[in-house]
Amino acid sequence: MNATAESYVTEDGRTIGAPVMEMKNITLKFGGITALSNISFDIREGEIRAIIGPNGAGKSSMLNVINGFYHPQEGEIWFHGEKRKPMKPYQIARQGIARTFQNIALFKGMSTLDNIMTGRLTHMKTNLFWQAIWKGPAEREESENRDIVEHVIDFLEIQAIRKTPVGRLPYGLQKRVELGRALAAQPKLLLLDEPMAGMNVEEKEDMSRFILDVNDEFGTTIALIEHDMGVVMDISDRVVVLDYGKKIGDGTPDEVRNNQDVIDAYLGVAHD
Amino acid sequence: MNATVIDSNLDTFPKLLARNAVKFSDKPAYREKEFGIWQSWNWAQTKDEIESLALGLLALGLNEGDHVAIIGRNRPHLYWAMTAAQCCGAIPVPLYNDANAEEMAYVLEHSGARFVIVENQEQVDKVIEVQETVNGIEEIIYLDKRGMRKYDHTHMNAYEDVQAEGRAAHHRLEPIMKERSAALHIDSTCVMLYTSGTTGRPKGVVLSNRNIISASASSSEFDNLTSGDSVLAYLPMAWVGDFIFSIGQCFWTGFCVACPESPETMQTDLREIGPSYFFAPPRFFEGMLTTVMIRMEDASPFKQRMFKYFMDHAKKVGPAMLDGKPVSTADRLKYFLGDILIYGPLKNILGMSRVRIGYTAGEAIGPEIFEFYRSLGINLKQLYGQTEAAVFITQQPDGEVRADTVGVPSPGVEVRIGDNGEVMYRSDATFVEYYKNPESTAATKDADGWVATGDAGFFEESTGHLRIIDRAKDVGKMSDGSMFAPKFVENKLKFFSNILEVVVFGNGRDNCVAFINIDLNAVGNWAERNNIAYASYQELAGHPDVYATIKSHVEEVNISVAQDSMLSGCQIQRFLVLHKELDPDDGEMTRTRKVRRKVVEEKYADLIEALYSGATEISTVTEVTYEDGRKGSISATIQIEDAKTVARKANAA
Repeated sequence: MNATAESYVTEDGRTIGAPVMEMKNITLKFGGITALSNISFDIREGEIRAIIGPNGAGKSSMLNVINGFYHPQEGEIWFHGEKRKPMKPYQIARQGIARTFQNIALFKGMSTLDNIMTGRLTHMKTNLFWQAIWKGPAEREESENRDIVEHVIDFLEIQAIRKTPVGRLPYGLQKRVELGRALAAQPKLLLLDEPMAGMNVEEKEDMSRFILDVNDEFGTTIALIEHDMGVVMDISDRVVVLDYGKKIGDGTPDEVRNNQDVIDAYLGVAHD
Repeated sequence: MNATVIDSNLDTFPKLLARNAVKFSDKPAYREKEFGIWQSWNWAQTKDEIESLALGLLALGLNEGDHVAIIGRNRPHLYWAMTAAQCCGAIPVPLYNDANAEEMAYVLEHSGARFVIVENQEQVDKVIEVQETVNGIEEIIYLDKRGMRKYDHTHMNAYEDVQAEGRAAHHRLEPIMKERSAALHIDSTCVMLYTSGTTGRPKGVVLSNRNIISASASSSEFDNLTSGDSVLAYLPMAWVGDFIFSIGQCFWTGFCVACPESPETMQTDLREIGPSYFFAPPRFFEGMLTTVMIRMEDASPFKQRMFKYFMDHAKKVGPAMLDGKPVSTADRLKYFLGDILIYGPLKNILGMSRVRIGYTAGEAIGPEIFEFYRSLGINLKQLYGQTEAAVFITQQPDGEVRADTVGVPSPGVEVRIGDNGEVMYRSDATFVEYYKNPESTAATKDADGWVATGDAGFFEESTGHLRIIDRAKDVGKMSDGSMFAPKFVENKLKFFSNILEVVVFGNGRDNCVAFINIDLNAVGNWAERNNIAYASYQELAGHPDVYATIKSHVEEVNISVAQDSMLSGCQIQRFLVLHKELDPDDGEMTRTRKVRRKVVEEKYADLIEALYSGATEISTVTEVTYEDGRKGSISATIQIEDAKTVARKANAA
């Protein structure tokens, strides 16, 4: 794929900017196992970037590298034109990267509203003192954050479950709440780990719509991992394909679909 | 009682708006919950919003006499769009927002609307689809900007942009708007509403200002509605009742209309608003009662006993207290205690703490359901009406409320029973005509202005109340000549909470058979309680235990039908539980959820044949339509059960 820094306009009228994040020769090892080996790709501003691959290909590891949960042994990550130093995940969250998880990681006993409110945590500035006396800045901050959270609730059309404990919700809705929590952080880069796993067709259609709308409305850059090829090919601008920790393809959905290595990885190939 | 006389200063909606903006300037006119908070607009702000939109519509080239289609769920902005259209001398045409593109195409083509005002992207997409086949739609105006950025905007505008344009062009266009509004008079068209159409294509009912305003004024007076009342607007905007409540009576009395946050939050919003005036179809009250009962079954034994004890007491004295009949002091005290412990909290949960006047209409309501709400002290009443009458034909006055009648003629309405037993009426509120359909107009309304309702009914001699038997054309004869009135039997069955919908057949046959739809909510809960596992509606519907329960209901109804000497022939001999719910998307019901008997009869002809053939089961394949218009099919093997019938009274005697 061309690594030029120029921006371009997609067929449907969105502007895709210069790369916001660049992985350069990332290698990640767990003891003797190499999870990722020498992987390079970039994520451009405003695009929907998919990471696909068969089971165990290293997709989730890649996402964990991006959000700073894993530290690769080799390679560099460039974010907004700067080389990123090893950081804690919360420091990275403050840089404007939010994510959802493959296995839903919500607070089951808390309401939808409270769960999404936790997404505002990195934006809260008042200290323990103000929070404790709950006057002035803390109160003001709460209502500002609540306003943002309510816009997210409206956006995802989950008004009816605002006060429902998340544990009582069906799976598809929990996924939507998790997306809501990530959106509440108003991220520049949104990482979605299998946002449609375990969903029925209707829920998948809804979720795809929301992902496209997030990208379109807020201009959020999105990197997602997904198993459902139909969904990936439909909604992403560019796709990177991993297999056994190696990058075997990178490009537009059409390019990837016709890539022989990708076809072999998915359909298997005769070894003789 | 006579109709309220309308002052010539108040005979159009722009005039009413101008009066309200002065008289009630800082009183809330419309509320809507958005972003978790109730937003409200007072009458002065409402006038500003409406006029800005009207000016914007003029800037876009809206002509006098144009039809403006309005599609969306209940939102203040869409109500304003209706009045804005009127201010420009145009005619609003609200459409059912859950209609698919095909149904929408018919109405848009028939009305010849040039402007379409819609709620969101979903509706825009439908209108664009319609534009492929229907010419004449020139401008689309949408309320919700989300997802709309990429659309071709050469003939499309956001609602607020239209308003901004109107505000900017204020000096230039206001004289034109004033002129157009001033040209309106009491007999100019106020609104065009499409009937839901239980048979054939929907018809455009043209209602004039005289119709709408006299109906609103008389009915407001009948129930003493004032500017202090409030309603929750949640029923389809295309339905005449919503137009009367949320615009007609709202503008006439100046009361406040609240719009829910989303259709799913209606129940919560109802509770938060606590309206004083409330309308719902029987289906809604049934559903709510079922929910209460299901929750009570999960409550602790102590609470259950308390609930039962006080509800029994409420049944005994509640309705009498509501009707102002004498009740002993001891009973009053006990009722007061019950109110603190049970009735009050329950009404609060239901969102009915402040309901002063509640109405139900459209279908018969089960006497037990009706009594339940009345015993709680909720003044639930029945009315009988139709689009052509601008709702009101008869209604029940306070103190004369019963489950089996629909009340006395509304003020200003004359009602008589035609020679064939059909209910006829005549009033100021009687519609002008069916749009572009003089034959139907002539067939429905005679030269003297009498309108045939299509319902068979009679007046009770002792009380003067009207009772409705059935749709006149559905009433038939069995092969032995006895009367066949399907609705009579269907309603009795539908009063069971397990049964959602019933269709009875038997016209021209020896005996009656029935299709039954179970209520997934009630039966599902029962299944859970009894450890009955099921994966789908179809599986639950076919469960032997479900069949046994339904059979007992059918037999109970047969006993009760046998009591009626005229209709004892309508007992159900054989029935089946349908493998799918009857659905408006499949055309089996109207959008207001009334069964289209003919469609069902044709679609399931094989099942009816099986019911009469004596078979014990039948395999069938049914086509279903999904919400987005795609089609699929489901196949099923359906059991057929026999039900015991009771010997006819005539024979027994």
